[in-house]
Amino acid sequence: MSSNKKYWKSVGELDQSNSEALETLKQKEFVEEIPVDEFLGNDDTMESSSTTRRDFLKYVGFSTAAATLAACEGPVVKSIPYVVKPQEIVPGVANYYATTIANGFDFASVLVKTREGRPIKIENNDLANSGANARVNASVLDLYDNLRLKAPKKDGKTITWDAFDAAIKAELNKYKTAADGTLSSKAIVLLTQTFASPSTNKLIAEFKATYGNVRHVVYDAVSQSAALDAYQQMYGERALANYDFSKADTIVSVGADFLGDWQGGGFDSGYAKGRVPKKGKMSRHIQFESNMTLSGANADKRVPLTPTQQKIALAKIYAKVMGTSVGGQLPANVDKAVNATVAEIIKAGSKAVVVSGIQDVDAQLLVLAINTKISSKAFDVTSPIKTRQGNDAAVAELITDMKAGKVGALIMSGVNPMYTLANNADFKAGLEKTVSVSFSMKDDETASISNYVAAAPHYLESWGDVELTKGNYGLMQPAIRPLFDTRQFQDALLLWNDNSTSYHDYIKSNWKTNILATASWGTALHDGVYNTRPFASVAIIDEDVLAAQSAIANAAASKLSKASVEGMELSLYTKTGMGDGQQANNPWLQEFPDPLTRTTWDNYLTVSAADAEALGLENYNVADGGLNGNYVNLTVNGTTLKNVPALIQPGQAKGSVGLSFGYGRKLGLKTEMQTGVNAYTLYNNFKDVQAVKIEKTNGVHEFACIQLQNTLMGRGDIIRETTLEVFNTKDKEYWNPIPKVSLNHQETPVTSPDVDLWESFDRSVGHHFNLSIDLNACTGCGACVVACHAENNVPVVGKEEMRKSRDMHWLRIDRYYSSEETFAGDDHKKESMSGLWGDKGSLGGFGEMENPSENPQVAFQPIMCQHCNHAPCETVCPVAATSHGRQGQNHMAYNRCVGTRYCANNCPYKVRRFNWFLYAENDEFDFHMNDDLGRMVINPDVTVRSRGVMEKCSMCIQMTQKTILDAKRDGKVVEPNAFKTACSAACSSGAMTFGDVNDNKNDIAALKDDNRAYHLLESVGTKPNVVYQVKVRNTTES
Amino acid sequence: MKESYQNSENNSTKDMKQVIHRKLGLKKLFLGLFFISALFSFSQEGDATAGKALFNSNCAACHKLDKKMTGPALRNVESRLAEEQGLDREWLYAWVKNSSAVIKSGDAYGNKIYAEYNKSAMTAFPQLSNADIDNILAYTAAEAPKKSEATVTPTQSGASNNTSGGVSNTILLLALVVLFGLLAAGLFMVNKTLRRFADEKGIVIEEKEKGKSLWKAFVQNQFLILVTAIFFLLASGYFVYGYLMQVGVDQGYQPVQPIHFSHKIHAGDNKIDCKYCHSSARVSKTSGIPSLNVCMNCHKSISEYNGETTAEYNKDFYDKQIEELYKAVGWDDANQAYTGVTKPVEWVRIHNLPDFAYFNHSQHVSVAGVECQTCHGPVQDMEIVEQFAPLTMGWCINCHRDTGLKIKGNDYYKKIHDQLTAKYGDLNKITVAQMGGLECGKCHY
Repeated sequence: MSSNKKYWKSVGELDQSNSEALETLKQKEFVEEIPVDEFLGNDDTMESSSTTRRDFLKYVGFSTAAATLAACEGPVVKSIPYVVKPQEIVPGVANYYATTIANGFDFASVLVKTREGRPIKIENNDLANSGANARVNASVLDLYDNLRLKAPKKDGKTITWDAFDAAIKAELNKYKTAADGTLSSKAIVLLTQTFASPSTNKLIAEFKATYGNVRHVVYDAVSQSAALDAYQQMYGERALANYDFSKADTIVSVGADFLGDWQGGGFDSGYAKGRVPKKGKMSRHIQFESNMTLSGANADKRVPLTPTQQKIALAKIYAKVMGTSVGGQLPANVDKAVNATVAEIIKAGSKAVVVSGIQDVDAQLLVLAINTKISSKAFDVTSPIKTRQGNDAAVAELITDMKAGKVGALIMSGVNPMYTLANNADFKAGLEKTVSVSFSMKDDETASISNYVAAAPHYLESWGDVELTKGNYGLMQPAIRPLFDTRQFQDALLLWNDNSTSYHDYIKSNWKTNILATASWGTALHDGVYNTRPFASVAIIDEDVLAAQSAIANAAASKLSKASVEGMELSLYTKTGMGDGQQANNPWLQEFPDPLTRTTWDNYLTVSAADAEALGLENYNVADGGLNGNYVNLTVNGTTLKNVPALIQPGQAKGSVGLSFGYGRKLGLKTEMQTGVNAYTLYNNFKDVQAVKIEKTNGVHEFACIQLQNTLMGRGDIIRETTLEVFNTKDKEYWNPIPKVSLNHQETPVTSPDVDLWESFDRSVGHHFNLSIDLNACTGCGACVVACHAENNVPVVGKEEMRKSRDMHWLRIDRYYSSEETFAGDDHKKESMSGLWGDKGSLGGFGEMENPSENPQVAFQPIMCQHCNHAPCETVCPVAATSHGRQGQNHMAYNRCVGTRYCANNCPYKVRRFNWFLYAENDEFDFHMNDDLGRMVINPDVTVRSRGVMEKCSMCIQMTQKTILDAKRDGKVVEPNAFKTACSAACSSGAMTFGDVNDNKNDIAALKDDNRAYHLLESVGTKPNVVYQVKVRNTTES
Repeated sequence: MKESYQNSENNSTKDMKQVIHRKLGLKKLFLGLFFISALFSFSQEGDATAGKALFNSNCAACHKLDKKMTGPALRNVESRLAEEQGLDREWLYAWVKNSSAVIKSGDAYGNKIYAEYNKSAMTAFPQLSNADIDNILAYTAAEAPKKSEATVTPTQSGASNNTSGGVSNTILLLALVVLFGLLAAGLFMVNKTLRRFADEKGIVIEEKEKGKSLWKAFVQNQFLILVTAIFFLLASGYFVYGYLMQVGVDQGYQPVQPIHFSHKIHAGDNKIDCKYCHSSARVSKTSGIPSLNVCMNCHKSISEYNGETTAEYNKDFYDKQIEELYKAVGWDDANQAYTGVTKPVEWVRIHNLPDFAYFNHSQHVSVAGVECQTCHGPVQDMEIVEQFAPLTMGWCINCHRDTGLKIKGNDYYKKIHDQLTAKYGDLNKITVAQMGGLECGKCHY
């Protein structure tokens, strides 16, 4: 039986009402007439055309062939030499200049590496007291920011400097003191960053003298005003006490992240010196804090407590050190910790030091009093820190005056109050009543609403001087001619003062008359630093002053001990990677993983696990491994910050939450860089602690967190730890054993040649490089990560790729939390597991161990390619693209790599990185490598990798080769400790030591055979050339 | 590879020397004739030949005969001064020996000249005797050479050069052809005679039976076909491989440059050391294209070409190139001053290593003492520079395998050499490869 199947072409056919249209559709394939006739229908033109079909095909064929042939030719490369070559430049040879960064938040004396006149890297200046942090290392990329202001503007329109000068001069003259001596009713206000510059101060004083009614208001976005006020009250000078932690045996910090940005930072090198056990001794560090900070992570003992509790704890410490008592209630365990701490301070005496980051004048007074009382050797008030000068009261007064119309002209430099002020609405209202001039590198939130915007140069294009600490100076000199039509604030001041000298000459003459005395200007400029006052511990102050001080401090203590708060407390902090947010358009910093949360491209609310549970907040990993979290709304004093992602932070004090500054900017940034939320909106009255109301909202946030495993799972072999007591009393075999394997049923050390599959090459002749990483000295600051980025042209991949774990960092700093109270507890728990189920079962046990403890121990471990002498990656490469050099480096020939990724799979350290995409000159990755300006930062000695090849740490072979080649060229033996890698050179804490182990004069030769030395995953038998030093904790409880 | 190259280098230097020798000979003859005629036409005392030497060593830095430079043109200076200014030879003696004294004395013409030439006084030459000055004046009084004569000489020498090489080859070949012809004829004759003998003796020469044709036999023999197929496949594989290996190798690349800079004139004829201009080759990884101020070290005083020329590259052509240089660097030759308007020269780069290969000139030039010509070829003979070496990795490596380190006098190597000799006994040669010169990471990072 046949069936009459009917096939429908569309559902429309069921509807008979438009059958006519359907019928036409059936007949015609194309609904609309194809306009063939237009070009074929006209017979006349067709016939008159001389081109036949055959000719046409001939032409097509010929042009295709011609194009193919033309494409075969190599590109013509042009070389354009100088017309007149500057004498100091030799193409291909780098020049170094000493300069100083002073952007209002970061102050450091650095060296700038330039190639053919382009600054390409920031390095540490060994003559300076402190090193460059991650942000300073990344600052060179800000120079090549394509969104920089390129010329001055008036009301949003580009004008010339001549027009700008004329207009400003006219405005200023309106408020100039009249000829008869009457002051103008409206003031001229200079609202600036902290310059800490003697020459700028002199200039501003001259400006005041010229115009009369002039006020200078210094504004730090992240205020240290309370500490400054306290210091001023005690010592009569607006500065911050200086500390040298290498001189302290006991370090007590109450809420001071002194390894972060506390008091401008730069304390880590001193701290690290005291942390390396020498002659059985190392410093002991006790940290009281609410957010988990770098300092807390490095502490021997960390006590989590809310900001209010910190105040009470500090008051109690003060009282007990002074031998008095104050009220105030603390939880029993905290009270016990406070008592124990006081006992340790008293025992250490002058070798103890107490610091605090509580932004409260009373708290800061107490700290000064305690350190004076114990005459701490680590405490210095003779050369205090000058790099924070901001005055909250003056800023608040300025805003009131602006709104009252008392300010005629407001000239801003290095500040962005529209972004950094919580009451920016008030500021805006005031700004509308004045003539505003903004010196800015970006068309940022403030510049975009200012009447006049002066394009300011980067510090690498500017002259300047900085008084870092009293009597210790840094000089800033340009390393490149201004890229754009910019002018620095000081040059403008000179012009307004009718002074025709350049700022360069001005500094020079000021230094010659006021600073240098008999010293040479040339030497100072060459060195970049000029130090007249060495660190001096506190002088004994006479009894009367001491009595007066303690009276003030006693009052402060009783006030402080009464501190109380309702509900949750929000601690606002600065992230290691972003600081105050002025470098937000820097892709290196956006992609820099936070040392603690390991999260990139974001800021977030850090919540303790207990509070998160109470609020119903969750963090969980999705199928692709990415970390997701909930959003919350934060309400502080009536202001609500919406959709803040919440991240559960182990170690966060219960009852407190943390949020970092620096994010949530919108103007002057590429779209990709507009990340996070603006915490400044909650920064009421410049108080970094605020009472906050938290409510969960809808939506799921996708974090770009690059370390998803938080704990070591009891694998103490990876980060070896011991306590100082064990280290001092037991044999190396006890706390740093070499793994054993079985050979003929005998325990044989894995390092023995008998158990080795491979025959080793003779590496005793020539150079053999090793890198030592001291886990005691490493603070996790991440300067090495950015230095590696800059040196090796590591690409930026963006948030989406980071979330997929496709980060390209050659050097990462793994951070681990303990699951029990300590890592030793983890090891013990793993050891005592038996069976699968039950109390001690491994199934449940390992599940528990994935979760960090409430107040965990933290360990940092920098990991790069381990350059194994018996490298597993080398043997599996089908094209021999990765091979071993005699000098110990594992080479990677990019041009040979075909991208099988076998090597990455066979690497036990997960240090190989695959180029999933072309990251340079690709619009999909619109970061610095996608524009001509940003590419100027590329190191010409290192290949820019293309898509589909593997890359990894090369142990900076371009740097070791450079040292060798220079020695050969000069016919000299390589100097001791001359070999450096980018990371070891950037490490100001001395954790990384690099060198040639075949030369005993190098530090590394001894470090390699140190008792603390061990190799990562030694039992695998890879024989790495990177050696770690066992972490020793100064704790009694092991 | 290397040996054959060295031969060619030797040949080329020999050739070069010959050419120069011949040229000098002709020039001397020409000059001699010229001066004899000059002596007849001017009955002045002084030796123009000695004068020329003196002029070149003392005056040429600032003066030319026919062209204003730092100082005025000096052709017929004596007669000109005598006619126009009424100054005699005594005045010239005084001026040359100490011009500033003449200016100080208030001499009218002296001051006029001083003002005209940017108030830069002429260097005093107290070491020149009156006789010396007479000689120089004799030289300046010589008549300008006629252009036509100058161009003829080199073409002649070029022509004679070409023929000398060709003749011997042809003769050799002809002799060979004749020899082979005689041999063939001899064989034919022998064969013919033998056959005749055989006929006479009645011996029947067996004719081979006509079997299958060779072609058919071949087609039916599968083994042969297989072998041939394999052979053709291998052969074509070899050629395809050879062709593909040529991709990206620009040996012989000879682009047209914006200024026709002749290395032959600079490095060859004038024997300027390569590293005088490419100075960064000593210290840097790049040899550097010299900046234009380096050119001007010489070309401030050399504004025209007076050397050997050919029909294609004549004096006008070269002079135009110097003008191009002046335009680029912003030099106003007439006023002897920089205008400040520059136009950097966009040279076409000839030697392009890919980005992933690291090459350091200073290591090869300063440390190893490798001659520039080893890699760049006989640049001193190149009118237009071309890429001489293939610049392939195999080419680099072959050299690294053979070349010994230059250990002597280098303290860096001394230590390693001592260590190695302590270990392996006396080593007479350590090659670059033995020092790790073949490791990937030494050139790729």
